Amino acid sequence: MPPRHYLNNGYGVKSWLLTRDHKRIALLYLASVTFFFFLGGAMAVLIRLELATPAGDFVTDETYNKLFTMHGVMMVFFFLIPAIPAVLGNFLVPLMIGAKDLAFPKLNLASWYIYVIGASFTTYSLVTGGLDTGWTFYTPFSTVASNSNVISAALGIFITGFSSILTGLNFIVTTHRMRAPGMTWFRMPLFMWSMYATSLIMVLGTPVIAITIILVASERLFHFGFFDPTLGGDPVLFQHLFWFYSHPAVYIMILPAMGVISELVAAFCRKQVFGYKFVAFASIGIAVLGFLVWGHHMFVAGISVYAALIFSILSFLVAVPSAVKVFNWTATMYKGSVSWQTPMLYAIGFIGLFTIGGLTGLFLAAVGLDVHVTDTYFIVAHFHYIMVGGTIMGYLGGLHYWWPKISGRLYNEYLAKIAAAIIFFGFNLTFFPQFILGYLGMPRRYHAYPPEFQVLNVLSSAGASILGVGYLLPMIYLTYSLRYGKIAGSNPWNAVGLEWNTTSPPPTENFAETPVVTWEAYDYSAPRA
Amino acid sequence: MSDTAEHPALAHHFDSLAQQREATTLGMWVFLVTEVLFFGGLFATYAIYRSWYPEAFAAASHELDVTLGTINTVVLITSSLTMALAVHAAQLGQRKLLMTFLIITMILGAAFLGIKSVEYYHKFAEHHVPGPGFVFEKEHIRHAQLFFSLYFVMTGLHALHMIIGIGIMLVMLYWAWNGTITKEYASPIEISGLYWHFVDIVWIFLFPLLYLIGRHAH
Repeated sequence: MPPRHYLNNGYGVKSWLLTRDHKRIALLYLASVTFFFFLGGAMAVLIRLELATPAGDFVTDETYNKLFTMHGVMMVFFFLIPAIPAVLGNFLVPLMIGAKDLAFPKLNLASWYIYVIGASFTTYSLVTGGLDTGWTFYTPFSTVASNSNVISAALGIFITGFSSILTGLNFIVTTHRMRAPGMTWFRMPLFMWSMYATSLIMVLGTPVIAITIILVASERLFHFGFFDPTLGGDPVLFQHLFWFYSHPAVYIMILPAMGVISELVAAFCRKQVFGYKFVAFASIGIAVLGFLVWGHHMFVAGISVYAALIFSILSFLVAVPSAVKVFNWTATMYKGSVSWQTPMLYAIGFIGLFTIGGLTGLFLAAVGLDVHVTDTYFIVAHFHYIMVGGTIMGYLGGLHYWWPKISGRLYNEYLAKIAAAIIFFGFNLTFFPQFILGYLGMPRRYHAYPPEFQVLNVLSSAGASILGVGYLLPMIYLTYSLRYGKIAGSNPWNAVGLEWNTTSPPPTENFAETPVVTWEAYDYSAPRA
Repeated sequence: MSDTAEHPALAHHFDSLAQQREATTLGMWVFLVTEVLFFGGLFATYAIYRSWYPEAFAAASHELDVTLGTINTVVLITSSLTMALAVHAAQLGQRKLLMTFLIITMILGAAFLGIKSVEYYHKFAEHHVPGPGFVFEKEHIRHAQLFFSLYFVMTGLHALHMIIGIGIMLVMLYWAWNGTITKEYASPIEISGLYWHFVDIVWIFLFPLLYLIGRHAH
């Protein structure tokens, strides 16, 4: 270990809670999002327990509604959206471009506090009776009918949104203004491009969900009837506003994972990513197109047939940049010297699962087919393939890849490979049966179902228990490695990229002196020491 | 570049004051983009309901006090002028002038809020606040309520931004007074000015959309 690094630069609670070092803030986020991941995961366990039998015999229908609502809220707003940007992004953005820190270090710390305050409000609503609206907060149920803690949960999401906005703002300014000499836009790692695209969505989308929450709250509190038909409003407007953010939010979750995969594929195939510029612009393309497709969530909500057709065509178009990425990763692997270390296993897993998730997305872009599967388990399976199979695979792959940089130590490779295999197997067993269930007509969000669906549901619940074990393993061996892991050295993967040109863990100011970049990204042809 | 490397206002992770200034300015512009989207959700809601219920919106709009609204518009545009003069004074390093213009800007902002609260009080007295006690001619009662809901949320959020703006001006005034703001380091005043102008521009859209519907016909 280097004698001086960011982890031993000050000890004690204060040195962490008042830190402005982006690397320490990343670790604060790591601890918080991990907490919410396991909290949301615990609710998933209860959901799958209930669904092991056709009868609603484990929890009441009301409790079940609260379980899937809080599972969704916790996972989407407090884990999936911040996970990669606020943990890996925070740690890596300045390192990858050769900067000393993000452009606004105080704002960065503030965004973590905002996240914690927001999360506290939502957790408060969980422990004082819960929330039963679904993570989508559809009106008029959320404003008129629900007796649960809508206001405090929504307030928590409103507050946390600002943490997302400030992170995005920080990344955009940092990318524009803090790059080291010679680090041109097209020499940046592709992770940076995906962070930039993600930040654009955070900055442009999040304020719209903020104002939507204000409108919902003012309807619930003051009878301002924006969405309530009895007061003159229209509930479909809520759906438009909600999905204007919440569909792009899916790309806030998946684009960072795609960025991670580009890094992993290059590092473990020892090749430049095939078609660098296409992958870079595909990120921007997804960010832009992502804002034009929200209507595909509303094909059965009574929007006009012409609107539906246009949204359908635009939704199909998102497949193009997404497929460009998948093809380019595959082309990168072709004739590369592929090594099967843990992060690469996650990358391969991501490519497969994202492909399934993406292709089933096309089913939902097709108006007619979408009507058949709307509100069924097919939807649940589809978005879990994207969010769990995509985002969490990317997150775990990235966490393993950069763990030696973050901690300065190596984890147990053998256990890590087993965990990756368990997660892949458990994931597919959990969610593949749900495609079939949905196609056969099992609706989502019910705690009881007809007996003929039981076999597939038992498979899914069994898969969930395997998946749960898979997620606990990295928790254990990564924590163990913090103390007992082998010393990693500054570049254990022999990878290129500025983050590997400094010590592990890096010093507080990241680089002994500002690097000057004279090479292209992923230049594996001329390896440097 | 190197001549500012020792400046007390330079944060450790920037190479020069010029880089720091570019970064903070870009940061404020990006923030204003989020503000555009934030108010954008409201303007979209307004556009949809007004296109659906033009008559109710016109009838409800006539209940607003155009005179007070016009005075407020003038007050706010004047405050933008004094804000621009404050930025100019900061860039020239004229400390007293800067403080004077900041104070005038704050006074004008407070005057705007004062007039706005008089208007709010009138609406409250006339039972034009949406809710069970809302009173309006029978024909348009539901959709006039929608107009007033929009009116209160839009002008309310605008007023909240004004209050935050005055708070920022207070900090700027303190920084101008204690000498933090100098000719070399005027960017806090510049980006506060950007924010202030943005809040004014929001009003420039709110005023005709809320106060002037269908006025040309009368």
